[in-house]
Amino acid sequence: MSVFDSVKEVIVEILDVPPEDIKHESKLVEDLEADSLDIVEMVMQLEDKFGLQIPESAFDDLKTVKDVVEYLEKRLQEK
Amino acid sequence: MEKRRVVVTGMGVISPVGNDVATFWENLIAGKSGIRPIERFDVSQYPTRIAAQVLDFNPTDYMSRKDSRRMDRFVQFACAAARIALEDSGLAVHPGNAPQIGVWVGSGIGGLETMENQHEVLMARGCSGVSPFLVPMMITNMASGQISIMTGARGPNGCTVTACATGTNCIGEAFRFIQRGEAIAMIAGGTEASITPLGMSGFCAMKAMSTRNDDPSRASRPFDLERDGFVMGEGSGVIVLEELQHALERGARVYAEIIGYSTTADAYHVVQPDPEGAGAARALAMVLDDAGVLPQEVDYINAHGTGTEINDAMETLAIKKVWGINAHQVAISSTKGVTGHMLGAAGAVEFIAAVLACQYDIIPPTINYRTPDPACDLDYVPNQARRRKVRIAVSDSLGFGGHNAALVVRKYEHN
Repeated sequence: MSVFDSVKEVIVEILDVPPEDIKHESKLVEDLEADSLDIVEMVMQLEDKFGLQIPESAFDDLKTVKDVVEYLEKRLQEK
Repeated sequence: MEKRRVVVTGMGVISPVGNDVATFWENLIAGKSGIRPIERFDVSQYPTRIAAQVLDFNPTDYMSRKDSRRMDRFVQFACAAARIALEDSGLAVHPGNAPQIGVWVGSGIGGLETMENQHEVLMARGCSGVSPFLVPMMITNMASGQISIMTGARGPNGCTVTACATGTNCIGEAFRFIQRGEAIAMIAGGTEASITPLGMSGFCAMKAMSTRNDDPSRASRPFDLERDGFVMGEGSGVIVLEELQHALERGARVYAEIIGYSTTADAYHVVQPDPEGAGAARALAMVLDDAGVLPQEVDYINAHGTGTEINDAMETLAIKKVWGINAHQVAISSTKGVTGHMLGAAGAVEFIAAVLACQYDIIPPTINYRTPDPACDLDYVPNQARRRKVRIAVSDSLGFGGHNAALVVRKYEHN
């Protein structure tokens, strides 16, 4: 499963949006209606899924699905 | 200051015997028990293995999946019952009236299931695994918070938490907000979902619950000599209370008028009621006084009647103290044989039962009544519903902590 598909799976689960609405350019807050608690929960699930520790501050700069995917890919390479 | 009149214009229940008012009422008057073995989790080690559970409840019938995942079961029940009640009332909440429409829906216990689940996560994975939704799901005021978000009601909002008297106190306080002119309508009631491993263990440890595991439908026996404790129930009762003129002007259907409320404390013991029933008797006397009715005018009392040895004898004594020579004339029943003890929701669903008794002139029975107890010698409407004109009904609730609360409802009379 690609990183994008994994992120999509987490978003579907937490934000309850249809998978087809989740695009690379979708904005987490504006388009997918995530609130601050949703983001905390997403981070927790992504940490579990990828075996990573994601600092709380990391998500401050991640606005779109693409940002999240790129961040995770970079962290996975560093692993 | 002249007090405003307050009427009931909408009702909703999520209960062990039906998730709509019509089914709930049919089962109450048919005396069909909602008590069954617990299958939701392993109870093989528990002395009590039965409960009155809400079955066939699908939260997404009432809210989005996302919203439902952010709510403990007790909040899901309350939001569902509130939605049913509001739709039933036909009251539309809009920006013009929203500041004058409030919510007062309490729970005796709150989000126990969420707390248990997250505590398990804490033990297994440490602090960083705990959900950011633990607190907003668990806290007891969240039923009222979520109902305001769901409906847009921006008026007085909160809840009264008085254990098993919660539902009665919440309806009473909501009644007062409208009487005082601080709201034109209130969404009020109680909710509970504590049939969980920890909830069951706690009440088992108190030896407060029936252990008739082999005979669930006959386990809850209010006022019977062979009663051996209450049976835990769950669910929610929510009503829409409305200022009379406001209801009439919009052509609302009026179920009944709420005319009295009282609340007192035993100041006696954390869980045992005062065996003399002084606090309960004072609540009953005060509520009649508040309503301006005489004991002999009351047709029906929906009693707390938990089916514990002490409660039922004490409550009988309290009724005798207030009703005196008229005590044998008033019809009394406990609907907990059917619904189990819905704790914080009990007072609300029982108030709804009292409203329905006024509406239909039918008194729901006390089921499983076989052996008279010399300490409980009043008319408990045993086993069979009774057709009788019900103009005025009282509903009372008594909670751990020594809380006593009562309400009076009257058939609506246009005058």
